[in-house]
Amino acid sequence: MAAIAEFDSVGLRYGTGAEVLRDLDFRLAEAGFYFLTGPSGAGKTSLLKLLYLAQRPTRGRIRLFGEELSEAPREALPPFRRKIGVVFQDFRLIRHLSAFDNVALPLRVAGASDEELEGPVREMLAWVGLADRASARPATLSGGEQQRVAIARAVINRPQLLVADEPTGNVDAEMAKRLLHLFTALNRLGTTVVVATHDVGLITSTAGADLIRLENGGVVDPTGMLRNPPPRNG
Amino acid sequence: MMANWLFASPPDRRLLGETRFRGPTPWVIAIMSFSIMIIAATGLALANTAGSLSEAIATRYVLEVPNGAQNLDALVGAVRSAPGVTAVEAVPESEMRGTLERWLGPAAKSADLPVPALVNFDTRPGADLRAIEQRVRAIAPAAQIAAHRDKVSPLLRSMREIQWLAFGLVLLLSAAATAAVVLAARGALDTHRFTIEVMHGIGATDEQVTQLFQRKIAIDALAGSLGGAVAGAIVLLLLASGASFAGAIMGGATLGLTDFLILLLLPFALTALATWVARRAVLTALRETL
Repeated sequence: MAAIAEFDSVGLRYGTGAEVLRDLDFRLAEAGFYFLTGPSGAGKTSLLKLLYLAQRPTRGRIRLFGEELSEAPREALPPFRRKIGVVFQDFRLIRHLSAFDNVALPLRVAGASDEELEGPVREMLAWVGLADRASARPATLSGGEQQRVAIARAVINRPQLLVADEPTGNVDAEMAKRLLHLFTALNRLGTTVVVATHDVGLITSTAGADLIRLENGGVVDPTGMLRNPPPRNG
Repeated sequence: MMANWLFASPPDRRLLGETRFRGPTPWVIAIMSFSIMIIAATGLALANTAGSLSEAIATRYVLEVPNGAQNLDALVGAVRSAPGVTAVEAVPESEMRGTLERWLGPAAKSADLPVPALVNFDTRPGADLRAIEQRVRAIAPAAQIAAHRDKVSPLLRSMREIQWLAFGLVLLLSAAATAAVVLAARGALDTHRFTIEVMHGIGATDEQVTQLFQRKIAIDALAGSLGGAVAGAIVLLLLASGASFAGAIMGGATLGLTDFLILLLLPFALTALATWVARRAVLTALRETL
């Protein structure tokens, strides 16, 4: 299967500090589902930042969507970012905007008119169970509702790559199951999903997902991804 | 359309919050705009006064003759008949004595007092002053002709210096206003760093992010500029009676149509400058991010 992301000897350091990521060599297949695990401080969030183009590697090369983007000029990055949906650990909803407008933001940025985005945004809010909360501001939403708005915003553009950082860190078990259901549904539609999590339950309940384990800034199993748990049909 | 950024949709306007005129920026710009308006109006009025005064005395001379009052009629006749002279006006001997009386008292009326003669006259441009001087010296050898412009030139020079000072102050105040806008833009960038990160993260270009700030700062700058300019105009109107009195003394310290147009354009020019500077500041800051 074609790769959506390829890391070749990638290293990352912040300023003059030690490398937080080193010698990363792996590829993510199109329509794959990946869990990124590892202890706190292993470099999961830094790796995700490289994936959603919020950070450049200090060495090595990263190809995303078939393009070498490690040293691409910053003006060239927005079109690629529009192919990536990001669910932040802290949601990062814009507090002045309603749930509807937060979800609509990627479509507006991409140039959609109010008429064009009305239907998809309503549909997306219904899909995450927030149809009746469209006009609510983030401050009036519960943690789980904010999380779902953040997810709706991340997927409204039908991204080719969805990156989620500890998406279940702020929600209860029931909500975590519902979120995972959303991710797998998206994955079945062809979106590559990368979820950074400590939640073992989340990992073990996702059949066929691949596992990337980071420790001390490196991938623990350099030979490839562990499949965990084994596919039900295998 | 180039000004599309000014007419953002309601959600775009809400991205940075809708609380306007709460920060110091509009007020700082209003104070600058007020000061600029007053200083610019003063500078323009001074320029007009200096211009009209300079024009009025460009070809005006004074004939001074110590102890020449008894020859006043002959001197006036000599000047009037000289080629190139267009108007002659003698200061009557009685008026001279009246002036001298302020210092000398009743002695000013003494027939023994040598009273000078003063004759003001205008010439056509290029008139031969030497020929006029020769004519009057035939009557009074001590006669001196002086140009009014030589006597008034220190005043004119001071007025022009003040005019340039006003221009410099307008530039300085504009620079101060733009510096305030740069600080405001940087403050806004810090305040909304989170929103910028989100916007960049979902694929917004620098141009799209900049337009949010540009619009907000343009509106603040326009409100401040217009507010300050209106306050300045009111103060100028209140001073109008005083200005007309001064105008009577100075020979017309008035503002023409062009001057009013310049003053009218000043707040918009200040807004345009502030918006452009804010745009540059935001774009420069964004380029430091990924």
